[in-house]
Amino acid sequence: MHRKKECVAMLLAGGQGSRLFALTNNIAKPAVAFGAKYRIIDFPLSNCINSGIDTVGVLTQYQPLILNEYIGNGQPWDLDRAFGGVHILSPYQAKARSTWYEGTANAIYQNMHFMKMYNPEYVLILSGDHIYKMNYAAMLKAHIETGADCTIAAINVPLSEASRFGILNTNPDGSIYQFEEKPKVPKSTLASMGIYIFTASKLFKYLEEDEANPNSSKDFGKDVLPAMLNAGEKMYSYLFEGYWKDVGTIASLWQANMDLLGDNPEFDVNDKAWKIHSRNPLAPPEYIGDDAVVKNSMIALGCEIEGRVENSVLGSNVIVEKGAVIKDAVVLANSIIKSGASVSYSIIDENVTVGKNSVIGVEKNPTAEIVVLGRDITVGDGVRVLSGQKNEKDILV
Amino acid sequence: MAASAVGVIFSNLHEENVPELVRRRTMGSIPFGGRYRLIDFPLSNMVNSGITTVGLMTNNNYRSLIDHLGSGKDWDLARKDGGIILLPPFSDESEQIYTTRLEALKGVTSFLARRQEKYVVLSDCDGVARLDISDIIAFHENKNADITMVTHFEEVEKTEHYMIIGADKDGRVNEVKITPKLRNKAKADVYINVMVFNRQFLLNMVEDALTHGYSCFESDIIAKQLDSLKIYRYDFRGYYAGINSMASYYKHNMELLNREVRDELFGARDIYTKVRDSAPSKYGDDAIVRNSLISDGCEIEGTVENSILFRGVTVAKGAIVRNSIIMQDTIIGPNVSLDCVITDKNVVIGDRRHLSGCEILPYFIQKGTML
Repeated sequence: MHRKKECVAMLLAGGQGSRLFALTNNIAKPAVAFGAKYRIIDFPLSNCINSGIDTVGVLTQYQPLILNEYIGNGQPWDLDRAFGGVHILSPYQAKARSTWYEGTANAIYQNMHFMKMYNPEYVLILSGDHIYKMNYAAMLKAHIETGADCTIAAINVPLSEASRFGILNTNPDGSIYQFEEKPKVPKSTLASMGIYIFTASKLFKYLEEDEANPNSSKDFGKDVLPAMLNAGEKMYSYLFEGYWKDVGTIASLWQANMDLLGDNPEFDVNDKAWKIHSRNPLAPPEYIGDDAVVKNSMIALGCEIEGRVENSVLGSNVIVEKGAVIKDAVVLANSIIKSGASVSYSIIDENVTVGKNSVIGVEKNPTAEIVVLGRDITVGDGVRVLSGQKNEKDILV
Repeated sequence: MAASAVGVIFSNLHEENVPELVRRRTMGSIPFGGRYRLIDFPLSNMVNSGITTVGLMTNNNYRSLIDHLGSGKDWDLARKDGGIILLPPFSDESEQIYTTRLEALKGVTSFLARRQEKYVVLSDCDGVARLDISDIIAFHENKNADITMVTHFEEVEKTEHYMIIGADKDGRVNEVKITPKLRNKAKADVYINVMVFNRQFLLNMVEDALTHGYSCFESDIIAKQLDSLKIYRYDFRGYYAGINSMASYYKHNMELLNREVRDELFGARDIYTKVRDSAPSKYGDDAIVRNSLISDGCEIEGTVENSILFRGVTVAKGAIVRNSIIMQDTIIGPNVSLDCVITDKNVVIGDRRHLSGCEILPYFIQKGTML
């Protein structure tokens, strides 16, 4: 085989994201909209292309239609390549067996032939659950320099949250001596980000072994990484310092959207040095009307704003009629907020209609909870939707 | 149904009308409406009518146009068969680069001869409209015409060159007036530089013109052969913005602030343009934005009223932008005040500058200027 890729990325995008309730009824979590015009998967895909990694397998399983349609031939990320590029890898039937992806390790195992097609030296494992900008090339460089068999990207988390993560206990040189999955009493605050670089030959070996082990749950964190560590393979942590947000819950998804706002935002998507690529909506510039007030907000193309929008993030082609007020909310593409309606502390999914004078949610306060209105639903005129309600069906009265 | 037609777009004609805007670009690459270039309109109209092969005539200064179009993929015109075909000028030793439409057509007969499509749609880049080209072709077919010329009934603006087309009840052209003197504010059927031909007829006609040594398409061919040729007039009734002066450029941009105009241009069909992957626009705590079109990648901290902001514009705190067109990546510093100003791309306006023009003569700032 004379053509090869130094590093192939495998992006685990099969997750349901059940904690996002109605937002993932019909779409996989990586396809969830974020930041007015993006979807979560734009971030790992943009990180790949910006890091010079041009071969990406995207493993899908749960509700793949919108995700597949969105990725298409990969052109928006410059990943339409003659050799390499982005490929959707869905579960398939084989002569010996036909199974769904059973765990993260099994999903990668089932696509061994895909990776081997590129004869890679290294394999980068990613998930489609996080918002962050990261140079994988720098991590790969560290992996090569330490001579590691596996490098795990890690971030310091507050001690109080450490028991939610896989925690890495490391020596001063960054080598890992212990790996604890969600420890009750964490020894360190260095959390695994679920981003791994493997030396390909080692990955293939341990995936084969894990697959053959009937007692394994076929998960990287629970099975493969501990097995490698027990066998004495060289494993290093790679410290990431920067914004990294799991958007797996309604509250964290809302917060991550808010992190884009302000003069010095926690997370800057308008970063010329690290462009976030996406499939762009076909829409004219947004129109801000005569009586509109727009403050501390992010607005995508095609919106028509006649009302008041404050501390909010609006997706493309959202219509905010006269007298409507949107505050502390995330409104996704093609939704309509009719005149006199008010939307506070909410996430409104795509293509939702909020009727005249309806009141969605309550003013953000320490006891308020985020309202969720699921995709394609209609809220009638004068309807009141209480704090914390999660709706996936029309509410007409 | 897909039209059996090939498109030909003239990217350079009429540049003399807006010299400031074409100093470093072609007519077709003049920015318009916040995120478009003039060529996006004829090109999208063709694509939306099922045309998949478009020859693009260029003359000079077409670097910006090539940069805009790339492979054509944003218009779905990166095709194995057809797509956007760039037709730069070529001349043998004796000839110079073309100056008229007829000379330009002579240069592309080999391109047209190789195509299979029955019809050719010619369009210039000086008009913004949502033309249903398949309907124009159907009209052409229905009339069994040799040439169909598209007109728009409108108030004639004073320009160097225009044509008024008269027709009988059936639409057959019986009168052509080239740049006639008209009363102020008179309305007439003005030819809007879009034409449909039978491809074979066009090829024959160009060859014939070569033999006879004709040079002017309008006066030597159209005006002289009204009886022998079947020339028809297609009345376009929708919104049409002819860009034939700085004042009309300003006026038609500002018309996009009317909902009806926006709905007509952008509502039913897509207008394609180059994708730049800009972030969504951000509005600061002190931003005051009214009756304005804002494109993506903008960061607004100041006041913007009755204006059009292209991609990547920054408006600092305390700055006031009124009745202005601010092109791509312009930076407007703190406490600057602009009224009736057009800034070309990449302009930087420093602290506390006050600039103003008027609707008839907007204050124009050249590309890349630092004030």
